[in-house]
Amino acid sequence: MTTGIKGFRHIKSLIVAIGLMLAMPTFAFAADSTSVKEAPEAKEKFNAGDVILEHVSDSHSWHIAGDLSLPLPVILYSKDRGLMIFSSSKLWHGNVYKGLERDPNAPSISNYSFKESGIHIVVVNPDGTVNKAETDKIWDFSITKNVATIMLVAVLLLLTFSAVAKGYKQRAMAAPKGIQSFFEPIVMFIRDDIAIPSIGHKKYERFMPYLLTLFFFILFLNLLGLVPFAPGGANVTGNIAVTLTLACFTFVLMMINSTGTFWAHTLWMPGVPAPVKILILTPLEILGVVLKPFTLIIRMFANILAGHIIALSLVSLIFIFGAASAAVGYGVSLFSIPFGAGMLLLDVLVSLIQAYVFTLLSAIYFGMVTEEAAHH
Amino acid sequence: MDIMMPSVGLIFWMTLTFLIVFILLRKMAWKPILGALKDREQSIQTALDSAEKAKQEMAQLQASNEKILMEARAERDSLLKEARETKDAIINEAKGKAQKEGAKLIQDAREAIQNEKAAALSELKTQVANLSIEIAEKILKSELSSGDKQKALVNTMLKEVSLN
Repeated sequence: MTTGIKGFRHIKSLIVAIGLMLAMPTFAFAADSTSVKEAPEAKEKFNAGDVILEHVSDSHSWHIAGDLSLPLPVILYSKDRGLMIFSSSKLWHGNVYKGLERDPNAPSISNYSFKESGIHIVVVNPDGTVNKAETDKIWDFSITKNVATIMLVAVLLLLTFSAVAKGYKQRAMAAPKGIQSFFEPIVMFIRDDIAIPSIGHKKYERFMPYLLTLFFFILFLNLLGLVPFAPGGANVTGNIAVTLTLACFTFVLMMINSTGTFWAHTLWMPGVPAPVKILILTPLEILGVVLKPFTLIIRMFANILAGHIIALSLVSLIFIFGAASAAVGYGVSLFSIPFGAGMLLLDVLVSLIQAYVFTLLSAIYFGMVTEEAAHH
Repeated sequence: MDIMMPSVGLIFWMTLTFLIVFILLRKMAWKPILGALKDREQSIQTALDSAEKAKQEMAQLQASNEKILMEARAERDSLLKEARETKDAIINEAKGKAQKEGAKLIQDAREAIQNEKAAALSELKTQVANLSIEIAEKILKSELSSGDKQKALVNTMLKEVSLN
């Protein structure tokens, strides 16, 4: 009787084992396709934080797949030595690049040796240590991964919208066709639901080219950032330098177009007692004007960055558990990959929303600074 | 933290690229697109307006047609009425004239009869007078043998005549 039960148990575990064996290759394939990039790192001590930060940060070369990377030009400028341009492939694998000798008579000054330290390029002394004083003198104007993506998007924008404009020239007064009919509702949405309600009928036309450029620039960058393979994947709009630049454009346009009425209301609100104005209202209003572009910087930076970090974290989970045991890693991938796919879809929504919100808030700020005194 | 530090190079390239894209797109794309959209909207609006106007004109035309028809109908009615009145008047006039004529004829006839009668009477009287004279002659011839008898006869005779 007991042997019979034991025998039954053996059969049961055998079935489970066969089932697992049949299932394993499928898991392996599923994991393989997503783990091409991280596979070598996972074999060492896998540090999810470093991997994620590396992926969301700018880079001097463009990783395409596996060991294949595209070198990008490094452009450095310093007052002493002028412009220095070389390929980023010279710095790969921790190599030290010795700058060209410009003045053979004073090699110690004219020669710079460069090394990549994280995402930065640093000047190294002949003994291999980082020369902090010289590094601080260098301005890095390299075509990084983000700069290359921005340029790519610029070309895409020009191609797309010159094609759209061509449609309007060829079929004036006719119904839109093809690419034209895809972008026309968006352009009309920006005009009728963002610009006109925020700025008003009289002045909205002045801001339309900026709002349209802003919206499509952000949207293209956001969506391209979600594409997990080259030429996508760069976290451009989740980079604070980019959101800072865009917010500065909005701020400069706000200042250029601000009316006397706006400043009168900001600095000396009528109908409020003078002490209240001096002590509370005016400082707060000035702070408000400066904070407006600042919120633009932080909002999009944080939203897009968070989207990238969550997607990467879900993939990293597989390798964190995989480091403990390969089977657990495969198991986690079962849940992690659908979840990651869901997050990606959510990020598509976030991309649209952030492009819309940035444009809408810019339009609202323009409407605010261009107000006229007519209502009082 | 590196991630919170905006890099100067990226700001520079972003500013440059964005400005170039902005300037090029404004000239190449946004102006023609927004212009075409506006033109198209305006042309649609004009077409709608003119259609509305045409509709109104049609309605107006129809109303004026109706009015003309009504006027024509009224005129016809008034013409008919007038004709009827004229007809009545003519008939009445003719009737009056006929009556008058008839009355006059009757009057004339009556007058003529009267005249004839008077003439006949006067002729009768002359006849009677002549007869009487003849009779008187004859009587006188026979009776006027004696004077007295003659006188008495004449008197009675005369009395008889005046009685007639």
